Amino acid sequence: MEYFLTEEQQMIKELAARIAEERVKPVAAELDEKEEFPWEIMSILAEADLFRVWVPEEYGGLGGGVFEQALVVEELSKACSGVAVSYAASGLGAFPILLYGSEEQKNRYMPDIASGKRLAAFALTEADAGSDVSAIATTAVKDGDDYVLNGTKQWITNAGDAEIYVVIAVTDKSKGARGSSAFIVEKGTPGLSFGKKEKKLGIRASSTREVILENCRIPKENLLGREGLGFVVAMKTFDKTRPGIGAQAVGIAQGALDVAVNYARERVQFDQPISSFQGVQFMLADMATQTEAARALVYSAAKMADSGVGNISKAAAMAKLFASDVCMKVTVDAVQVLGGYGYMREYPVEKMMRDAKITQIYEGTNQIQRSIIALELVREAARKSRK
Amino acid sequence: MHIVVCIKQVPDPSQARIDRETGLVIREGVDKIINPYDLYALEESLRLKEAHDGQVTALSMGPPSAEDVLKDAVAMGVDHGVLLSGRDFAGADTLATSYALALAVQKLESVDLIICGKQAADGDTAQVGPGLAANLDRPHVTEVRKIRHIEEDKMVVERLTDTGYEVIRLSLPAVITVVKEINEPRIPGLRGMMRAKKAQIPAWDAEYIGADPQRLGLKGSPTRVWRTFEPTRHGQGEMLRGTAGEQAVLLWEKLRGRL
Repeated sequence: MEYFLTEEQQMIKELAARIAEERVKPVAAELDEKEEFPWEIMSILAEADLFRVWVPEEYGGLGGGVFEQALVVEELSKACSGVAVSYAASGLGAFPILLYGSEEQKNRYMPDIASGKRLAAFALTEADAGSDVSAIATTAVKDGDDYVLNGTKQWITNAGDAEIYVVIAVTDKSKGARGSSAFIVEKGTPGLSFGKKEKKLGIRASSTREVILENCRIPKENLLGREGLGFVVAMKTFDKTRPGIGAQAVGIAQGALDVAVNYARERVQFDQPISSFQGVQFMLADMATQTEAARALVYSAAKMADSGVGNISKAAAMAKLFASDVCMKVTVDAVQVLGGYGYMREYPVEKMMRDAKITQIYEGTNQIQRSIIALELVREAARKSRK
Repeated sequence: MHIVVCIKQVPDPSQARIDRETGLVIREGVDKIINPYDLYALEESLRLKEAHDGQVTALSMGPPSAEDVLKDAVAMGVDHGVLLSGRDFAGADTLATSYALALAVQKLESVDLIICGKQAADGDTAQVGPGLAANLDRPHVTEVRKIRHIEEDKMVVERLTDTGYEVIRLSLPAVITVVKEINEPRIPGLRGMMRAKKAQIPAWDAEYIGADPQRLGLKGSPTRVWRTFEPTRHGQGEMLRGTAGEQAVLLWEKLRGRL
C-alpha cells in the first residue's frame, strides 16, 4: 500500500528500517534470551536522531509528531519490539511534559529526551490500580515549597534505566479521579528507588520494574499543569501514544508475515513449496490483509493525533485495539505456517507471538479500549440528538 | 587537524554481474554506492575529528553522479566534500587517479592526514593510496587496523599482516589506508542527512587543480586491459554427511582412493 509519505518521513522510515535490519535483528534473539536492556541500540537510535523525530524544533527536535514516531516504532518492531517499546516508552514519559509542562519544564527536560541522552518513563499503574486508574494509592502531600510522594508504581516500562519519570499521585483523595496530579521525578532524587526487573512473557529486552517512592521530596515546580489534572494528563497522553502501540503491533505482525512468506516459499513438502498449497496461501493472504488494514487505521489515527483536531480518544483507541488484535492473530498464524520450526527459538516467530500479547494489554487493555470507543459513540449520538 | 578522506563511487558489489561477451562489469541498472572500504576511512576520520577537534574533507574523483557519495559523507559528519569531475579525468587508471587526487589535496589547506579505504570494490587494485603518497612525497602505511596514537607531527599505527600486525611510527602529513577491522562505521543521523541534502559540493576541473592534461584520464593511463574473463571453476566441493566419526571414515576412504 502507498501512504504517500513526505520525503522526510520516507527518510525516517528508511533509517529506522536500516537500523532495525543491521543492528537490531542480529541481536534480537540474544536480547530476548538474556533479558538485557538494549543500551547499545538506544545509543545508536540517539545518534541517528530518532528520539528527535516527534519533538518540536524549539526543544531540539525535528518537529514531527505521533506519525513520525509511529514510523520508527513500526520499523523497530519488525526486528524486536522489546527494543521498540524501550524507545517508545521514552515518548510515553515525555508526552505529559510536552502537553502540560510549563515552558521552563519543557526547556529543562525535552532537549535531553530529544537527544536520547536521557530516557523518560511514565508511572501510573499500581498493584491495585490497573484499568481502574482512579484507584491509585500513591500520594503526594504538599509540604511548604515541596511535595512529598509515597507509594509504589508497578510494571513501569524503562523504570530503573530512565532518568525522567512522570508520576501520577493522589493530591486530594476526596475528589476521586479529579484528585490526582502529575509530577516530574528525576532519578537520583532521595526516596526514589526501583524494584527488581520483572520476568516477562515477551518484550524481554525492555525493562519493567516497580517505581518505589518513600518520602520522596520534590520541589513544587515539578508539578505538571495544576493539581487535580493527573487523570486528564494520563488520558490525553494515551491519546497521543496509543497509535504508537498500534504501530508496534503492526510492526510485529509485518515482521512475522515476512518470515512466514519467505518460509512458505522455501519449505518443501510433498515435493512442492508449501506456498503452493491453498491452505497456506489463504492464511498468508488473510495475515497480509489484516496487517495492512491495521496499518491504515494506525496511520490515520496518528495523523489525527498530529492534526490538532479536538477529541481523538476514539480513533486512538480503535487503532490500538484493532492493530493489537490483528498482531496477536497474525503472529499465532505465522507460527502455524512455520509448523514445528515456528515453535522453536531458532526461528523468530515464537518470540513475535510472545511479544504480541502485551500489545492487547498495556496502555489500556483492549476491553478498556472498547469501553472508550463505546462511550465516545454514545456521547456523539447524544450530542447529535441534542441539536 | 585537517584530515582528507578519499572516497569512490562504485557499483554495488552485492548486485555485481559480469557481461560474459565483453568481460566487463555491467553498470546499467546497478545501484551506485560508496565503496564499502571507504566507510571505514570516513569513520576513522570522524573519530579523529571528534577526539582532536579537527575538520574532515571528503574527496572523490568521478562523474557528476559521484556527488551522491560525497553527500553520504557529509551525512555521516564530514565538513566538506570536493568532487573532481570533468572529461579530462575520464578513463583514468590508478596512476592518473593518484596524480589528480594529489593535486587536489595540494589545493586544500594544511592537510595533516589522508585516509583511504584499503582498496575499491570494483577495481580491487589497492594502488591509489600508495600512489597518492608517492605523488605527494609523503610516507604511507597500508592496511592500518588501528591508530594507536596521533599528535601534531607524528602517529603510531598498527598494520595488519598475514600473521599478525606491525607497529609503525610515521611522520605527518602522511597517507594511510585502512582495513575493516579498524572500526564499525556509523549510520548517519537524520540531521546529518538533512544537512547533506542542502550541502553544496564544489566540482573542481583539471584546470582548477593545475593538472597537466597529458597525465590525466585515458591519456595519462599506461594501464591497458588485455582481456577480462570470468575464471572457469574446476572441480566441485562435496559435503560429507553423518557423525564426525562417519565423516572421518568417508574422508579416509576418499583420500585412500586418490593415493
